[in-house]
Amino acid sequence: MYVLTIDTSNQVMGVAILKDDVVIGEIVTNIAKNHSVRLMPAIEQLMQEVSLTPDQLNRIVVAKGPGSYTGVRIGLSTAKSMAWALGIPVVGVSSLEVLAYQGRFFDGYICPFFDARRGLVFTGIYQWKEDKLNLVYEEKNISMEEALNKLKKAGEKTLFLSPDLALHKERIHDVLEDLAVLPDGPYHLANPGFLGLAGLNKEPDNTHGLTPNYLRLAEAEANWIKAQEEKK
Amino acid sequence: MTKDTFVLGIETSCDETAVAIVKNGTEIVSNVVASQIESHKRFGGVVPEIASRHHVEQMTIVLEEAIQESGLTWEDIDAIAVTEGPGLVGALLVGVNTAKALAFAKQKPLVGVHHIAGHIYANRLEQEFEFPLLALIVSGGHTELILMKEHGAYEVIGETRDDAAGEAYDKVARMLKLPYPGGPHIDRLAAEGKESIDFPRAWLEEGSYDFSFSGLKSAVINKIHNAKQRGETLKDEDIAASFQASVIEVLTEKTLRAAKEYNVNQVIVAGGVAANKGLRSELEDKFAQTDIPLLVPPLKLCTDNAAMIAAAGTINFEQGKRAGSDLNANASLLLK
Ligand SMILES: [Zn+2]
Repeated sequence: MYVLTIDTSNQVMGVAILKDDVVIGEIVTNIAKNHSVRLMPAIEQLMQEVSLTPDQLNRIVVAKGPGSYTGVRIGLSTAKSMAWALGIPVVGVSSLEVLAYQGRFFDGYICPFFDARRGLVFTGIYQWKEDKLNLVYEEKNISMEEALNKLKKAGEKTLFLSPDLALHKERIHDVLEDLAVLPDGPYHLANPGFLGLAGLNKEPDNTHGLTPNYLRLAEAEANWIKAQEEKK
Repeated sequence: MTKDTFVLGIETSCDETAVAIVKNGTEIVSNVVASQIESHKRFGGVVPEIASRHHVEQMTIVLEEAIQESGLTWEDIDAIAVTEGPGLVGALLVGVNTAKALAFAKQKPLVGVHHIAGHIYANRLEQEFEFPLLALIVSGGHTELILMKEHGAYEVIGETRDDAAGEAYDKVARMLKLPYPGGPHIDRLAAEGKESIDFPRAWLEEGSYDFSFSGLKSAVINKIHNAKQRGETLKDEDIAASFQASVIEVLTEKTLRAAKEYNVNQVIVAGGVAANKGLRSELEDKFAQTDIPLLVPPLKLCTDNAAMIAAAGTINFEQGKRAGSDLNANASLLLK
């Protein structure tokens, strides 16, 4: 079984091809360049390198966010349309879950996060138990302060994984002290191979129904809902 | 016998998710449009963020419907055409990346299409072009006069220096507290009112085919404002009729003059505002007095759709123009 994985949900752009659970090719960049221009050429190049044609693909796995709205939509539009045209299943995986794979051999809590500006983050708490990744606290768009206080109360050792770690490192140290585990650089970049691994174990999504994992409403919509509630 | 050409078109530049298949650039095989108007009504206009979101949700559903409706298979499709601009960048991106994914998955040629070229080519789904031709494009984002001497070649001879005609309609509609989208409501009110207020006509300098609607818009706003201060009541119907008369007179006169100067064999009206009944009937009256044929597409081809993109894309495809897998959305793409 050949699996193509696509992650354009954040600054890292990752594309991988797996043959069953073995990664046979990967392209990863971590630069602020346009995903829309670079994604399809990367897929083409990788497919060529591993000598595959599109009709040989059996499954597509895509990182569905949270992350940049635009980035997530580029990935999802590409993955959904390709899967639909090829008549193969598509699987959406949370971008936070993909990061949590980098903590495969950590016993405590895993806190993958993406910065969401103004002190907010997209985050959820994961934990590996008996070879399975479990979601301990649901994914949310919350203030980092609130997340850290919760973790402090929980009292578990927590591994932080994030490309935006630098922005919050100090506060993490301040609040959690010895409970915080902060690994080196490469652990913080989402890996498209792990995305494939995560997607292999999941039931396929309904291709039409697969939507981004936004975790936050568009501002206009949020305001509208608020206004409706005030009217009541 | 030459083989028929089938092009699949995709359009997502604003708030319509659309896919269509067109045969030989002239015949609609299937044409599916999922409109988001109901969703945007809540906000009184198109919210870009929400438009993009809808496109992601609708895209494959609309694709499937268009293919099914056509009765064709992928074998039959010769190329994929997509609107690359202008438009809302987040919305365009969904169409562009979808088109690239399809072109790759099915190993089909990909062509990029300018949205306005699409509006022009909507007319070719009704009647074959006779060059040289003049196209009047009027929509929420555009007011342009375009001269075409052959397929796929566009020469802009006049354009708006400020607001598009459709924008002026939307703003006046908002002043009159009409629901979104306001254009059709003004058109309807205008038909019931009298042209009792003398609003300015922006002819600009002698011989210019450019347009300007911001002065008119301000004049309408001032008029309403002053009347309110003096305690006078203006009938909305009369404001609409007087405003619309100014817009239509300028559009019609400039189109007529350009058609004569460039000695064209056809005049085409395109874009969302081409659905305006007042504009249609005035143009039809004026051109009936000339021997230049006037083409106005049926209502459903005036508004954004993908059949027009497939039709324009067929020309690009036949002329050997191809887009690469690095094709990007371009919010301010120029028509060449
Ligand atoms: Zn349009």
